[in-house]
Amino acid sequence: MASRHELGEPVVVVEGVEKSFGALKVLKDVALTVRRGETVCIIGPSGSGKSTLLRCINGLVPISKGSIKLAGREVNDKNLDKLSLRRDVGIVFQQYNLFPHKNALQNVMMAPIHVLKQDKAEVEARARKLLAKVGLSDKLSTYPGELSGGQQQRVAIARSLAMNPKVMLFDEVTAALDPETKKEVLVTIQDLAAEGMTCILVTHEMGFAREVADHVYFTDGGLIVEHAAPAELFGNPREERTKAFLDKVL
Amino acid sequence: MIAAFFERLNETSGLNFSVFYDAFDQSRFLTGLWTTTYICVVSIIASLALGLLGTWVAGSQSRLGRLLVRGYVQFFRNTPPLVQLSFFYFAVASLLPTVSDGFGGQSPLVSGTGWAIVAFSLFAGAFNVEIFRAGIEAVPSTTVEAAESLGYTRLQLYIHVVLPLAFRICLPALNNNLINLVKTTTLAYAIGVPELLYAASQIWSEVFNVREMMNVLLVTYVALVAVLVWVMGRWERALRIPGYST
Repeated sequence: MASRHELGEPVVVVEGVEKSFGALKVLKDVALTVRRGETVCIIGPSGSGKSTLLRCINGLVPISKGSIKLAGREVNDKNLDKLSLRRDVGIVFQQYNLFPHKNALQNVMMAPIHVLKQDKAEVEARARKLLAKVGLSDKLSTYPGELSGGQQQRVAIARSLAMNPKVMLFDEVTAALDPETKKEVLVTIQDLAAEGMTCILVTHEMGFAREVADHVYFTDGGLIVEHAAPAELFGNPREERTKAFLDKVL
Repeated sequence: MIAAFFERLNETSGLNFSVFYDAFDQSRFLTGLWTTTYICVVSIIASLALGLLGTWVAGSQSRLGRLLVRGYVQFFRNTPPLVQLSFFYFAVASLLPTVSDGFGGQSPLVSGTGWAIVAFSLFAGAFNVEIFRAGIEAVPSTTVEAAESLGYTRLQLYIHVVLPLAFRICLPALNNNLINLVKTTTLAYAIGVPELLYAASQIWSEVFNVREMMNVLLVTYVALVAVLVWVMGRWERALRIPGYST
């Protein structure tokens, strides 16, 4: 199932990354490479540092040691314009985090207008297309509070896509959803991956990881225990720890 | 018609509502009403601006700025507004130069009304800083994170995301403070500003209708605050977000 399309040059290169919150070491020597067009899933027990790693990639959380290169630029560089970096990275959160005072269409239009200073009419046309793409053409003027979790999450995906990111990060985006709405969101991400968008997902959806990912990383205790193509990692894990985890969740 | 009614009321029952039929008393009272309204409107606007500015500086990187705002809030929140007003009118004003009034005399640079506006704006502004800060802190950090990861600068973040949400959250507390401000303006009486209470006291000391004027005064303030509450209530409704409760 993997590698349905040609993979390009590395977009995200993580090397020797460490991150501590006070005395707590959340990431210990993490390395990971994601190529253009690749879909990578990071799985592992809660508290293994998966979400922190994602937040490090777009500079929301500064790293303590190591290097993260995004499209050739060092994320950890103090002189780097963090804002321009973040425009290249879309991130979708578990709790959607839409702007509650704006309707669906406005949520998608805000950042391109405010941050990229793009023309309003063009942005609106694109936002309408994006919302159609995530199946929400009939919810343009609906406010987040009136949307279901799955619908909110799809608006959040459209909102990130509106910035034309080079890579999309998904932080347990279906964890708060019921099985039915979960499906809507996963299908949206799958379509995106099929179109060649570079995607990094932190997820507990083993079925999705197995089916859609090109590569799967298993993390535990701030370490990458092992990584491989999904068929291999799920079918024939090398490490005992991976085996024990998969036995529990599958 | 109204004038005739109150004139008759005075003749028949001795209840003397002179402001309703005596042109001179009426004009004094209306001047008071106008002065009070003027002080209220300007102080409300200035205190809101001060609150916003203070909140912005309090949340900035500058240590000195943060310290200044803390000092300002502590000072104006922990001292009585009447003392603040006296401080400005008697202490600060005496340090300022006087200006020629064009008729050969000298008049102070800032009038009593001016000082009242300054004192009340600073007084209410200090509370507004705290109210806005509470509102801003109530905006979920996850919403802020979402805007940050879309590349918003701090200013853009505040204008488009944080303030619109924080403002809705803090409107009830803000209402209370602004209502208090309207009532606090009566303190300007102490420095001889011709506001409502001053006008009323002038009238009752000449006409000897203390009880009647007290009633008129209370009803006038009820009406003034009602207008403010009505405006704020409309504003709150206009800002209501479908499906979102603050």
